[in-house]
Amino acid sequence: MKSLAELQAIKDKMKDKVVLREGSGDIRVVVGMATCGIAAGARPVLNAFVEGVNAEGLSEKVSVSQTGCIGICQFEPVVEVFEAGKEKVTYVKMTAEKAKEVVEKHLKGGNVISEYTIAASKL
Amino acid sequence: MKELSLNILDITENSVKAGATLTEILIDETDNLLTIKIKDNGCGMNEETVKSVVDPFYTTRTTRKVGLGVPLIKLAAEQTGGKFSIESSVDEINHGTLITAEFVKGHIDFTPLGDIVSTITTLIQGHPDTDFKFVHNKNGAAVSLMTTEIRDVLGDVPLNTYDVIKWIEDYLFEQYNEIH
Ligand SMILES: Nc1ncnc2c1ncn2[C@@H]1O[C@H](COP(=O)(O)OP(=O)(O)O)[C@@H](O)[C@H]1O
Repeated sequence: MKSLAELQAIKDKMKDKVVLREGSGDIRVVVGMATCGIAAGARPVLNAFVEGVNAEGLSEKVSVSQTGCIGICQFEPVVEVFEAGKEKVTYVKMTAEKAKEVVEKHLKGGNVISEYTIAASKL
Repeated sequence: MKELSLNILDITENSVKAGATLTEILIDETDNLLTIKIKDNGCGMNEETVKSVVDPFYTTRTTRKVGLGVPLIKLAAEQTGGKFSIESSVDEINHGTLITAEFVKGHIDFTPLGDIVSTITTLIQGHPDTDFKFVHNKNGAAVSLMTTEIRDVLGDVPLNTYDVIKWIEDYLFEQYNEIH
């Protein structure tokens, strides 16, 4: 059985690390989690980002957070990526698979996947 | 919504938005009924607001944006022959909201609970500084989690630390395995 003692071990391990507070990374990934987003599948998208960022070792650089309605319900699940000095990137109609790709190519590799952005879907 | 756990996520997001420092998600399950209670100590709503939140077509003089979250869970409950109720108070000391939705499990329109563990971890991931209490009673056995207890151990380590979220997920899965 999992025990609170294991949490203590996690705490001790964290002591040596920089504690990352929400929004303190260089890149902020924000997932819309209002009714429309949740109904369209935002929960697995959010989890794919959380898993992917950890798996790629990007936790120090990238924070994943949630917000309410982004205002473009027909494009949900919507994910915004903020990076200092760069224009905001808005990914639309996201899935867990696309999220994994965004982690690899964009968050890790630095290349925006234009075909998943709102700009592409408006054409 | 495809799963009731998504309705729960949606409703609980409202509680957090309402400034709740503690939100309780209580599920009581018997052979034929599943009852979901979501109780928060947020700012609460006055009577007019409650009406407009329950019925999206109820109009007040002040036109304000209301979502569909509450009507969706109400409909999901009522279409199984179950019940829905909402109580809210804006009292200075005892403010908060309690939403109760009862579902008849055997009904053809019953939506399964789905991945409730994912809903709980998602809530904690997104709102590491507010507290959640989760209890799922199923035929006499229970699965439970209190973030206050976790916070006591972790001190200033944020609850949305990856390892902590994973611990919470495993902790809940283990409990579910025991009661199944
Ligand atoms: N638990 C709550 N406490 C206080 N206000 C609430 C609560 N739930 C809903 N509300 C109010 O009702 C509004 C509509 O909620 P909802 O129908 O879920 O829509 P949305 O999530 O899209 O805002 C909220 O914006 C808020 O003003």
